[in-house]
Amino acid sequence: MYPILRAQELTTNIFLMDVKARRVADSCLPGQFVIVRTQEDGERIPLTICDYDREEGTITIVFQIVGAGTFEMAKLKAGDSFHDVVGPLGRPSDLTEETPDELQKKRILFVAGGVGTAPVYPQVKWLKEQGVSADVIVGAKTKDLLILEEEMKAVAGNLYVTTDDGSYGRSGMVTKTIQDLVEQEGKQYDVCIAIGPMIMMKFVCKLTKELSIPTVVSLNPIMVDGTGMCGACRVTVGGEVKFACVDGPEFDGHLVNFDEAMQRQQIYKTEEGRAFLAAKEGATHHGGCGHCD
Amino acid sequence: MGDVWKKVPVREQDAKERAANFEEVCLGYDREEAVEEAQRCLNCKNAQCVKGCPVSIDIPGFIGKVKEGDIGGAYQVISESSALPAVCGRVCPQESQCEGKCIRGVRGEAVSIGKLERFVADWAREQGIRPEGAKEKKGKKVAVIGSGPAGLTCAGDLAKMGYDVTIFEALHEPGGVLVYGIPEFRLPKDEVVKKEIENVKSLGVEIETNVIVGKSVTIDELLGEEGYSAVFIGSGAGLPKFMGIPGENANGVFSANEYLTRSNLMKAFREDSPTPIMKSRKVAVVGGGNVAMDAARTALRLGAEVHIVYRRSEEELPARVEEVHHAKEEGIIFDLLTNPVEILEDEKGWVKGMTCVRMELGEPDASGRRRPVVIPGSEFTLELDTVIMALGTSPNPLISSTTKGLDTNKWKCIVASEEDGQTSKEGVFAGGDAVTGAATVILAMGAGKAGAKGIDEYLSKKA
Repeated sequence: MYPILRAQELTTNIFLMDVKARRVADSCLPGQFVIVRTQEDGERIPLTICDYDREEGTITIVFQIVGAGTFEMAKLKAGDSFHDVVGPLGRPSDLTEETPDELQKKRILFVAGGVGTAPVYPQVKWLKEQGVSADVIVGAKTKDLLILEEEMKAVAGNLYVTTDDGSYGRSGMVTKTIQDLVEQEGKQYDVCIAIGPMIMMKFVCKLTKELSIPTVVSLNPIMVDGTGMCGACRVTVGGEVKFACVDGPEFDGHLVNFDEAMQRQQIYKTEEGRAFLAAKEGATHHGGCGHCD
Repeated sequence: MGDVWKKVPVREQDAKERAANFEEVCLGYDREEAVEEAQRCLNCKNAQCVKGCPVSIDIPGFIGKVKEGDIGGAYQVISESSALPAVCGRVCPQESQCEGKCIRGVRGEAVSIGKLERFVADWAREQGIRPEGAKEKKGKKVAVIGSGPAGLTCAGDLAKMGYDVTIFEALHEPGGVLVYGIPEFRLPKDEVVKKEIENVKSLGVEIETNVIVGKSVTIDELLGEEGYSAVFIGSGAGLPKFMGIPGENANGVFSANEYLTRSNLMKAFREDSPTPIMKSRKVAVVGGGNVAMDAARTALRLGAEVHIVYRRSEEELPARVEEVHHAKEEGIIFDLLTNPVEILEDEKGWVKGMTCVRMELGEPDASGRRRPVVIPGSEFTLELDTVIMALGTSPNPLISSTTKGLDTNKWKCIVASEEDGQTSKEGVFAGGDAVTGAATVILAMGAGKAGAKGIDEYLSKKA
């Protein structure tokens, strides 16, 4: 069992938890993820490691309620436990393989979308520890959905917040801010790391390709085991089939087939929706979705 | 007394009924049937059957006890050689191992050794009888990586010798292919696999789940700061192969590993499981091995019409004859001498069919098998909504790539001695599919046994 030391609702439907997982905390690096199960017979849910404390033996995860599994997970409180936490999985971010000298020469831009802010945070924090201050764009649909702003401000070089509806910070999608920074404000970047919803990463890549900024994305396909034994998470990168759980999750964004990746995320959509409604509505679940008797 | 030339028949669930449930197909012998079958054994002096068993069970010895009605005694005889008899009695390809060598088989049918082993192990489990542990401790720690058949056997043997053994398992449940690969209807999980693993634990073996060696911890760390004196790698061959044909990433194309893991490990076949599995109408399973049969029979039980698509003829099917027979009885359709060339998608990216070509068998290749050759102009389309690729698996390179000094061959298999499992790295032993590539449960167990012996010799010399 893996005890939860802290559980906090960051904003509507987005939760943060510190979980005791000694082996993961000992060996993880930015860019890696874990797979958790809330209870026996529960499903395996992949989550990026958002922070870690090697001394305490804890990792921090941040997740958004998107279906039945995360809905159940959100009910857990400090003092409860996860049944399983396995990791660290996936390859660490490529940045962790470079020396501080190499990194300091680089002008790095992070682009975080929604709950994708969580996996961006450990990378920016890690860079700061190496003496590198990266620029960070954080995008949210609206002010209320913004997370980790203070934490990010503390580790980022420049932080640019943007909301789709203009309720806070800059206005519009993250791509607009990228364009403004480069074309209006004369910023130059050697590399961009974009993490967020698949559709956001697709459009960021489209833009950075035009702007000739090499771009890394972190993909979040459907996973089962997370160790390379099933291929549920396969994606096409530069015409080659890759397993995101072992070859990634980070890939060259300009080579990713996003349309295929988005299509593959839909495989269990109907079933997930049904399970989510049943979990959310409990005894009051009476159908209406068109699939119930 | 029946016909001595024939096996005492084993009771099975009716084919129509079982095609709609996940209950075990074979119901096994009762005591009377077992004793009757045991009497067919000629108790050979120079028993060939024992030579056919990769873990060298004293077969005439345990069958002799069954003859006398001493089932507990029979269990003790088996336990001396095998840690997982209830599993092996069910999934070993006995026809090409112990039973393949049985002298009875020369003129009639071999003695039903597998079914007898299964009866003895099931009986012992129902009586709550467990194998005996070590009398004296050696005070040395050994780490076993992977809790499949190789790892469990190696750990069980080492524990019996008095070592403190910890198994590290990447998944949340121990058992390897026994829990994620082989379906419930061939190998019940709660009643058989879990109990057999409990037996291994009762010998003093610790199992730490959710540890992925190479990521959570490395072999060098296990041998260093974690204080293990030796390591056995039994991490299997779990990396699925795909064909590389167009359309293979369409929605509705799965590796057999994914499909079976969802159903077996995650229990997606149950209505109340939170892990989903696709509800298919018409499925093609590509491949002809046991894994293909398992995936096909699982899809059938989930309500689909199922085709096995295999490029050679029935004679070359690598699956066990018994499994092919069961699959046919249940209504699986065999499209033999057929090879897929493309998977067709609808406008939303879902599988709608598969283009195949017909094959004929040409000249034998280097391995002696007749090579399938495409018949020109034979293209046709199967309408489908699901394709399951069961083309075989290879070892995961994770462990070898994170362990300095561990040699692998060109198939990414770890190089290890067949005799004692020794690898190129001191103190590190390996066996099972990680060394041989995908093979059988019992060969993995044999390798686990050899590894335990090798580790014991190594540590005895060192001390």
